[in-house]
Order: sequence, then C-alpha cells, then structure tokens
Amino acid sequence: MNPKLTRRRFIKGVIASGAAAASTSLWYSVSGQNRPAGSVERLLSINVNGQVRRVDVSPQETLAHTLRYKLGLTGTKLGCNRGECGSCTVLADDVNIYACSTLTHEVKNKAVLTVEGLRAADGTLHPVQAAFIEELSPQCGFCTSGQIMSAVALLNTNPRPTREEARQALSGNLCRCGAYDHYLNGVMRASGQLS
Amino acid sequence: MSSHDVMPDMGLYQPVTVEDAAGIARQFSTRGWLVGGGQDTYGWLKDRAKRPEVLIDLKGIESMRGIRETADGIEIGALVTLTELTTNSLITGRYSLLAEAAGRVASPQIRNVGTIAGNVAQDVRCWYYRRGLNCYRAGGNLCYADTPEGMNREHALFNASRCVAVTASDTGPALVALEAQMVIHNGSSERVVSAENFFVGPNIDITHTTVLRPGEILTAVRIPAKWANAEFYFEKVADRNVWDFALVSISAAMRVNNGVIEESRLVAGAVEATPRRLDRIEQAIRGKARNQQTADEVAALAIQGARPLNFNHFKMPLLENLVNRAVRGHA
Repeated sequence: MNPKLTRRRFIKGVIASGAAAASTSLWYSVSGQNRPAGSVERLLSINVNGQVRRVDVSPQETLAHTLRYKLGLTGTKLGCNRGECGSCTVLADDVNIYACSTLTHEVKNKAVLTVEGLRAADGTLHPVQAAFIEELSPQCGFCTSGQIMSAVALLNTNPRPTREEARQALSGNLCRCGAYDHYLNGVMRASGQLS
Repeated sequence: MSSHDVMPDMGLYQPVTVEDAAGIARQFSTRGWLVGGGQDTYGWLKDRAKRPEVLIDLKGIESMRGIRETADGIEIGALVTLTELTTNSLITGRYSLLAEAAGRVASPQIRNVGTIAGNVAQDVRCWYYRRGLNCYRAGGNLCYADTPEGMNREHALFNASRCVAVTASDTGPALVALEAQMVIHNGSSERVVSAENFFVGPNIDITHTTVLRPGEILTAVRIPAKWANAEFYFEKVADRNVWDFALVSISAAMRVNNGVIEESRLVAGAVEATPRRLDRIEQAIRGKARNQQTADEVAALAIQGARPLNFNHFKMPLLENLVNRAVRGHA
C-alpha cells in the first residue's frame, strides 16, 4: 500500500475535491426549498483556531460536521454523535462542549478551539499534549483529542487541580480502553504536579 | 429504528428579544421548536422521532441571561447554564440545594451548555416514547412500558395514568422544594406559575410535562428569600455517576431550631411524572427532633400509595432510604 495514502489524507482529499462540494450543493439545493423565509444566513464567518473561516452552513448542521467535513479538521472525532461519549469535545470561548450537540450557527460569535489549534506556531505541543505523550495516556487514541480538550479547559480555569478535580473535569469523556488513570496522570504532569 | 448522522432540513431563527421569539413561536405553533442548550433537542431530531419545521434558538436573548438579586430573593434567567448554577456565589451561598442538584446533571460538557429552563422543560426519558413509538404520550393509545414484558425499571411508582414515565429533571425537585416561581412570557404578557404547578402529570395532560404551550417561553425562575440559607439535603441515585438520569432523587429544605424541625419541604424526583412533594413526611416531622429516630419513624410514609410496575419495586426501599437520610440530615 502506498504509505502516503493514509485514511486521514484520503478523507481530507475528498473534502478538498470538487466532487464532495458538488454533491453537497446538490443535496442542499434539493432539500432547501421548503425552508421558511427569515431563517438564518447560511454563509458564516466562524473563528476556528484563531482563523476566521468562511463556510456555507445549513441551519441544522452540527459543529462537529462543519469542522470535519467542511473545514477538514478531522482531529475532532465523532464517536456516538449523541453527546454521550465526549470524543467530539472542543472549546467554545474556552468552555468545553460537545461539537456533535451544538449547531454551528450557535457558535458563530464565539472562538472555537479544536485539537489542531493547540500547538504553538513553532510546532511546540501544548503542555497537555506533551504530558499525555509522556504518560502514555492514550491507548487506541480515539477519545484522546476530546480528553485533551477537556484537560485544557480544566487547566485554563484551575492550573493546579487535585486528582479528584481532574477526575470530575474529565468525567464527560468516555475511554473504551479504560485508560482513565493514564489520562489523569497526564493532567497531573501537565499541571506540574508530577515529575 | 436507525439514528442519523445529520438532522433533517429545518429553518433556524435566532431572535434577540423575547417578544420576537414569542412571535415566531406563535407563528409556527406546533411546527416550531424552542432551543436553549439543545441537549434534549438534537437527539429527537437525529432520530426523526420529532419533526419540527423550524428551530427557534433563544440563546441570543440577553434579557434571559444572568442571576440577579431581587427584593424578595433572586431571579435566574432561563438561559443560565447548569454550570453557572454550580459556580455562582448567590446560588452556592444561599441556595446550595439548587447548586448541588445542577452539579449532578449529565456531564460537564452538557452542564456547560444545558440551561435551567431546558432542565425543567425537558421531555421524559421513557425509551419507548423516545424511540418514536406511537404511545399515549406521543398521541397514540397504548403504553409499551406498562406491559408484562415492558422494560420499566426506570418508570413511575406514583400517579401513573396510562403513561408511566417519570420526570427526568434533577433541578425540578430542588426548585419545588425552594418554592420557586416560573416566569412565562407569551410575547405580550407574563404569567407566573409556582414550580409545583409548572409540572403536570399525565392525568392532566398526557402529551406535555409542563404548563408551557406553543408560543410561550419560560424566561426566568424566581426563588424567594424564604428558604435562603436553610438546611438542605440533596442526593441522586443513578446507575452511573455521569450522564445518567436519576433512579430516585431527593431534595429537602428545612428550618431547624435547637435541633427541632420547624418547617420543611421534601421533594422526590424520578418517581412520578412530576417532582413528587412528600407532604405527609413534611407534616409528620414538623416539631420533631431532627435525628435518626424521627427519620426511622416517618420514612415509610414516603412509599404509601406506591404502585410499582414489574421491574421497579427496588425504587420503594430506595425512596424510603433517601427520605430517611434527608430527614436525619446526613448520608
């Protein structure tokens, strides 16, 4: 197999290609005819990871959908799509929320931060990312970006949490590998309480 | 029935005044759907179990935000999130019962967006109903939960009438205990309903859980000073500590003088379609010492009149034990 053709690159390629754009616009042109007048403008400017992005968003579209399929930010995972697992966790104005259970139109005046926006401009990882690597926190890794975002939200408001506070703060993120204690070790390390 | 990745095509309105929102709600009536935090909404829509034509997003209405002191107590805007209830000093200081109840709702991320209005106005969690089956509550003429094979472990002990679903709200019982008043706006006028009368059971209206009607918006919750800094007890029992809805919860507010209970309000959650006020307990403990002996004497009153279903008998000792703990004042 071509080592350069990873699943992620393939998905991003499809998103970037005109084929996907054409098919979505067809879907909207067919389905959008019954919408009542006075509804929201579809063309939005949303602030994602410090950049203002122009994007065409249907009224009922979730933030997770916009991030993954319109903006190519596939670091935000969709696990249950029901607000019951936490893998889609992102920050909106520094508050951690489920991107699958938020309409993109609800955050148009907020600053959205996803896992892609954490590292510094020079590529240095965020302290939580570095600590999670150091502590081998992820096992399969699917829930990791959500765990990272919840940990970042916690440390923004509480830079030196107790282990119990960290447990509470990360309690909205499921990990099917059961690596919870490893994530908590990571939070402790990121907050400088473990060396 | 399958769940879908995307919600069906809908209109979305984002009004910034209560009057505009109520006007839009009135215009679309049952075809419109009010959204606050949306945490009870999007599941219905993804499942196609409810099919509104337009969503009316209330979060842009500034007048429905914030917690204010009033001449008699406090007023909580309908859009105040559950997280704000757990961190606001007015709530944690004077009405810690409400802060504790709000802190046990769902998960941190859901509390960050879920509102107090949404928590009290949310629909019941009976899975047959939420699956979109045409049961009594959905306007049909049978109940799938109250059958010999029906999975009704989470369902009602009291006052079931055709529908056996229970209230899912954790803050509802706390607000009833605190004698809160619900402020409802219809665009031109305002009416105020006590928390106790805000919730309605299936014997009165089987397709609604509250007195809210199309075109009406719950704009604020007022809590009188009467129960400020009282002695409170809250406990919620659920299968999981996070996300899960209560199997039984207890909210209690008491005025105790020299160890004697002068006045109290005890309200149980998740045992009937509305928060259940335990007035027999309140009467029985008035003037009694707040201790284990009193608790043991009265706790059994809590389950008088219970009519358990096939799989929820366990809720009776659970309710009795929670009442016992609330009366004696510790777990």
